[in-house]
Amino acid sequence: MIEQAYLFLDHMFNGLTVGSAYALIAIGYTMVYGIIGMINFAHGEVYMMSAYIGFLVIGGMTMLGIDSSLILLAGAMLVSIIISSVYGFSIERVAYRPVRGQNRLIALITAIGMSIFLQNYILLGQSSRNISMQPLISGSWSMMSPGGFEASLSYMQAVIWFVTVLAMIGLTLFVTKTKLGRASRATSEDKVMTSLLGINTNNVISITFVIGAAMAAIAGVLLGTYYGDVSPYMGFIMGLKAFTAAVLGGIGSIPGAMLGGIVLGMTEAMAAGYFSAEYKDVVSFGLLILVLLFRPYGLLGKPEVEKV
Amino acid sequence: MKMNRLLSALIPALVFIFLAFPLLGVDMSPQNLRLVVSLAPSSNLTLILTAGFAIFLFQYFKFSITRIADVVKVKVIDNNVENLEFKTLFASYWFWAILVISLFAWPLLVGSSTSLDISIKVLIYVMLGLGLNVVVGLAGLLDLGYVGFYAVGAYCYGMLNFYFDIGFWVALPISVFAAATAGFLLGFPVLRLRGDYLAIVTLGFGEIIRILLNNLSSITGGPNGLNGIDKPTLFGLEITKRLKIDKENGQTIYDFFGFDYDRMYMMMVIYFLALIMVFFCLFVINRLQRMPIGRAWEALREDEIACRSLGLNRTAIKLSAFTIGASTAGFAGAFFAAYQGSISPESFIFFESAIILAIVVLGGMGSQLGVILAAIVLTALPEMAREFNDYRMLVFGALMVLMMIWRPQGFIQTKRPTIDLNGESKA
Repeated sequence: MIEQAYLFLDHMFNGLTVGSAYALIAIGYTMVYGIIGMINFAHGEVYMMSAYIGFLVIGGMTMLGIDSSLILLAGAMLVSIIISSVYGFSIERVAYRPVRGQNRLIALITAIGMSIFLQNYILLGQSSRNISMQPLISGSWSMMSPGGFEASLSYMQAVIWFVTVLAMIGLTLFVTKTKLGRASRATSEDKVMTSLLGINTNNVISITFVIGAAMAAIAGVLLGTYYGDVSPYMGFIMGLKAFTAAVLGGIGSIPGAMLGGIVLGMTEAMAAGYFSAEYKDVVSFGLLILVLLFRPYGLLGKPEVEKV
Repeated sequence: MKMNRLLSALIPALVFIFLAFPLLGVDMSPQNLRLVVSLAPSSNLTLILTAGFAIFLFQYFKFSITRIADVVKVKVIDNNVENLEFKTLFASYWFWAILVISLFAWPLLVGSSTSLDISIKVLIYVMLGLGLNVVVGLAGLLDLGYVGFYAVGAYCYGMLNFYFDIGFWVALPISVFAAATAGFLLGFPVLRLRGDYLAIVTLGFGEIIRILLNNLSSITGGPNGLNGIDKPTLFGLEITKRLKIDKENGQTIYDFFGFDYDRMYMMMVIYFLALIMVFFCLFVINRLQRMPIGRAWEALREDEIACRSLGLNRTAIKLSAFTIGASTAGFAGAFFAAYQGSISPESFIFFESAIILAIVVLGGMGSQLGVILAAIVLTALPEMAREFNDYRMLVFGALMVLMMIWRPQGFIQTKRPTIDLNGESKA
């Protein structure tokens, strides 16, 4: 019995870690959807690129002789956030702004095209093989059960949770307390009215993309160093999962994305732990279908009233 | 003014270089579990600088470029006015007769089995595009997991043939039925969902199918897939070089007509079959579109509430569109399995769904002719550009974005006469 509890704890730690990353990426999806109603398919690629940039910075800094892992991580995250934000901004500016206001399928195809483009852009620049490196922060707290079962919480996992919580608090404060956050909420409510009130909605939309990309960058650097491995293909499946998380939580709602990410991560970890690692994706998509059947607007989403 | 223009051209170029440098201009290689960072080969660096310069030039001369583009656009619109001539052209039987004859004569013209191979692939994508066009273009349901039904059709024939030696023509209707059932079963619970929720659920369904195919190794052969699937027969005659299906009493088409085997002949037969199947799909969907059910699809796409207040059963309408779309995919899938002779989950990744969706949208949603044109463009071009392998998909992605920016209505716009009451149309 006690072994079961330890095992459960172990799965839970893993689930929370992956779930944190899902939640961070899902925020990008949900904010963009909330504000302009498009599915930004290229968001997963931003995550992938930010992981690459993080690796690059870590590699460069170690070559310069810095070996404090916390400084390395912080430096990688800072640079990655900056570059990814500019990427997010440019993607919106170059590809999405010209098609805004069109049928939503047009925007979707544009985003898929962007995703293909970015993936192949990294393939071109960094080749198709995985790039791996030693985990930055090793070591863990482990709890041994009497029966020899072990539940371990690695330091890296703790760092991921801590940074994720910090980012979430920061985002919530930004959205609820600052002027720009209020403007962004107003824009997602009614774009025309907001611009009548003298707010430049184009800038607000750009800011949304920047925030989404920054969140994805945090997730990219954290998970990249956690797994110690990056590949050009990692963005797609991660983006898919994060989007699932956003829908699960109710797309357009920021707390929904956070909850959805954690729920999805936990489900996956439990499915992988107790059922079968191969079918964890089946279980998570199955969960999504199930939730949508009973709550068609996601866990925390608002039902949209159909009006003529 | 001049300074301003220079600046507004310089900034995008510099931003591009800033963005591209870390990912294109730097190489990483792991050594002793540490990453070694070095400057990329000079070809990459020149690429970045050239692209940056191109962006600068484009931005600097943007006004003149847009002016030229406007002039071109005006010309295109002028051509559209003369569309009436096109219409009479399409209405004439001569045009269609020549088209059909030239399609059948095509293999004699191209004369190489690689280009026939591409042609057959194009035809498969035409079928898929026509099927998805019903779901997305006509009924307005966003389906991102269309490839799942394609996989169901392909694996249905593949497994029936592999385990029970059932021939193509018997298995074809079974595959179509299996895919339609899958569409029906998926559609039943999820069609209540609003547009984008439907998109993610169908996407998830496509992924589930792929994962199942990958992992149910004992039945589906896992990642290796199934091999040695029989090619279709022609009125009982086999089209392969040696007898494969009925080794004792069978006869190959070459023996029957007294030809010598040539790979080209086999490809030609398959091409003709594909062509006939495409015509069949075109015919059926075209008729359906003109039936009350087809009208209901389009009405539902335009205004769901109006439809319901007119007493149309929206679940039944959506479900029929979904099922018809899925069965077309199953049809194409079975043919794909027969043509390739081997199938693996690799062929049914999300990317395929995206391509098919791009075919529908690029063709101009709802237009069958547009779908055919787009299928040719999106399938044949990347195939022909195989020699530029590194840049192929990069350019493909960029073109998808550019096409959507320049011509969002697709190749051929289908719009029924409408009156806009609000002045602002809902997206």
